Amino acid sequence: MLGYILRRILAVIPVMLLVAVFVFLLLRLTPGDPAAIIAGDMATPAQLERIREAMGLNQPLHIQFVTWLGRLMQGDLGVSLISNTPVSAMIADRMGPTFAIAILTILMSVAMAVPMGVLAAWKHRSGADYAVMTFSVLGFSVPVFVIGYLFILIFSLKLGWFPVQGYTPVGSGLGAFLSNAFLPALTLSTIYIALIARMTRANMLEVLGEDYIRTARAKGAPERTVLFRHALKNAAVPILTVIGSGFALLIGGVVVTETVFNIPGIGRLTVDAILARDYPVIQAMILLTSFLYVLVNLLIDLSYSFFDPRIRY
Amino acid sequence: MLFKTRNFDAAPVALQARNLTVSLPETPGNPQVLKSIDVTIRQGETVCLVGESGSGKSVTSLAIMGLLPEALKVASGTIALQGRDLLPLSQAQMRELRAARVAMIFQEPMTALNPVLRIGDQIMEVMELHTDLPLAERRRRALAIMEQVHLPDVDRIFRSYPHQLSGGQRQRIMIAMALVLEPVLLIADEPTTALDVTTQKQILSLIDELQQKHGTAVLFITHDMGVVAEIADTVYVMKHGEIVEHGPVETLLRHPRADYTRKLLSAVPSLSPRDARVVADDTVLRVEALNKVYGGGGILKSLPQAHAAKDVAFTLSRGRTLGIVGESGSGKSTVARCIMRLIDPTSGRIMLDGTDIADLSRRALRPHRQKLQVVFQDPMRSLNPRWTIAESLIEGPLNYGTPRREALAEAARLMGVVGLPEDALARYPHQFSGGQRQRIAIARAVMMRPDVLVADEAVSALDVSVQAQVLDLLDQLQRDLGIAIVFITHDLRVAAQICDEVIVMSRGAVVEHGPAAEVLAAPAHAYTRALIDAAPGRFWDFHNFRELPKVTHAQPA
Repeated sequence: MLGYILRRILAVIPVMLLVAVFVFLLLRLTPGDPAAIIAGDMATPAQLERIREAMGLNQPLHIQFVTWLGRLMQGDLGVSLISNTPVSAMIADRMGPTFAIAILTILMSVAMAVPMGVLAAWKHRSGADYAVMTFSVLGFSVPVFVIGYLFILIFSLKLGWFPVQGYTPVGSGLGAFLSNAFLPALTLSTIYIALIARMTRANMLEVLGEDYIRTARAKGAPERTVLFRHALKNAAVPILTVIGSGFALLIGGVVVTETVFNIPGIGRLTVDAILARDYPVIQAMILLTSFLYVLVNLLIDLSYSFFDPRIRY
Repeated sequence: MLFKTRNFDAAPVALQARNLTVSLPETPGNPQVLKSIDVTIRQGETVCLVGESGSGKSVTSLAIMGLLPEALKVASGTIALQGRDLLPLSQAQMRELRAARVAMIFQEPMTALNPVLRIGDQIMEVMELHTDLPLAERRRRALAIMEQVHLPDVDRIFRSYPHQLSGGQRQRIMIAMALVLEPVLLIADEPTTALDVTTQKQILSLIDELQQKHGTAVLFITHDMGVVAEIADTVYVMKHGEIVEHGPVETLLRHPRADYTRKLLSAVPSLSPRDARVVADDTVLRVEALNKVYGGGGILKSLPQAHAAKDVAFTLSRGRTLGIVGESGSGKSTVARCIMRLIDPTSGRIMLDGTDIADLSRRALRPHRQKLQVVFQDPMRSLNPRWTIAESLIEGPLNYGTPRREALAEAARLMGVVGLPEDALARYPHQFSGGQRQRIAIARAVMMRPDVLVADEAVSALDVSVQAQVLDLLDQLQRDLGIAIVFITHDLRVAAQICDEVIVMSRGAVVEHGPAAEVLAAPAHAYTRALIDAAPGRFWDFHNFRELPKVTHAQPA
């Protein structure tokens, strides 16, 4: 097991190296002179030369890559072309809201979706099952911004339960955080509830047909025990995969929701950087999201063996 | 002593079902699955419920457990456990009875235990659900019952997960779980059907031993008349939801009254082997020093090796049948797959019509594939469910360039040969029974005009009467077309019926090889003897309703 974990961690290195090469080439392969792109339309030849010098652009490509990679290893992601602040500091600022809302979203989704899926599978082809499936289709098909504005309209404007927009960090008190974060998390949840509920239902249906479920019933186990002790753990692995990839996607930032609720998260940082052609920020964001994705996937894979003893590495 | 001759007339009744009718209320016509059946089981008695698939045996057991699938409903009758009618009980009351008073074990031990829970927890769960015993006591009793079912190293197994145990061990766990609360009635639904004969023998004697120890009444459901002869006190024969006959085991096997019982008994293949047919001097398949080794290699450390086939050698002539007999893991299927080149042998030669096909590339093998065809065990899964029968049948010949019209004509002709109507060609697999599908699978193989047909447990999933028909069909095809058959089976009775020669395999090696009559009548190797001894009901000639005459075969020279 330990050897497996070590091998999996080592396997992250080539993946990240590939991403790094891609990110590095992103700027170099864009048509035109990177220095001219960075300097903008009004730059003088002297300014261009200074930028080339500063970025090492007059050196051969492989030397540039090694230098860049070396800085990267030391945590130096470069400096934003727009605000002139270090990129690492900018990301660190924006990480908190995105992370907090991602965790809240996944917690809420799992708490609602798993029982819904279990119920739908248990009461297969009943009213409850059809209700869950209908909700699931809705959750998939209604766009996030529609749901977001609908929630603001109902819960904030009509009922006045939550503020319309804005963000308060967890550090300023859980109540204040939740009052701001609840609606965006609920908005984001809809699609994940739909996804996880469907996955739970499908896997539970399969597991409930297994022989050991019949054995559990023959032992006189009440339905609650049959469902949650015997069936759910067996159905867990695929559900876990969906939850994990969902979480990784959320950490990458959710532009629409952050925009609708005016949250200073990573999604908006990325979009702003793309619009302003702030290349160092774009590069850092690609690196970061890829890294988080690889990391989350690794954690999911390792967690399989916790749920299923037959999976041993 | 041949049969059990215990008398239970004085023993208290453990379970009595009267006029029990189960129907499918939501299906048009409200068909009855059980038609007013009566069954009585007394304390300490073993009642066998026999019948073919679809006869209603399992429905009977599930009705007693109160675990009928939702579509099935008890329409009328009573089921009384020690005099108390179970049918009016609520779900919660039934739950209390399950495992505590009526326990059940199932056919497939490989899937009957929850794969993600530890063995100990699964056994203790029964006590958790039905008693207030403290954890330490639950644990003590779980370990004690595990000792009683003769599991080795109970402390380790207590902490193990099901996938770490063999099928026989898992069935012992199921029995332990069923008996830990000393129920009045144990229902065993085909508990040994999925096990090897030697394991089956152990499990049967275990059930017997525990029954005597605890005085449990046992309702044993089986399709295997051999098992019935071994263990039953009383037998009930079921057909289409009705009990056609019941009585003490010896009376029933010696003097069956119902035609159906006679038919069922006559279909049991005899253990006395057929005589080998004349040896044709026309070898089609010669296997020499065939080896298959799994594992080994590995990049950093060499992985453990498994020798699945060790120096297997045999020859097969046109029109003859060679049986490869062995238990699970003996390597018999590995040999079959190597011959078919579905897997690549590690070393050795496979001479098919004079060509060594052991090392041929996929492409070079193509012209030879036609000569080797296979029929698999499970006819439910070996036909493509989305293809019509015609499509499945003509695919092979089309691949080898036969014109479509010709292939279809041949398919239509073969339908007649295997005893199916011609319009079967336009239908889909799910519209046929298991036996019919196996005929179709055989027709598909014969379409290719093969020289060698490999039948891998081809009749193991079928009821005895259907099994007999399929064996007849193979025999007839062999006589008409001169096909050589490699018949892989774990069932010595079937091997005795169809094989000219037999190879007995154990742990990848051939332990005995010779004419079927010699190997089965006078086995030279201890393993073969153990296999034959384990065959249930081997003392009885079911076909003629009497004891088998004492074997008088001369010892092999």
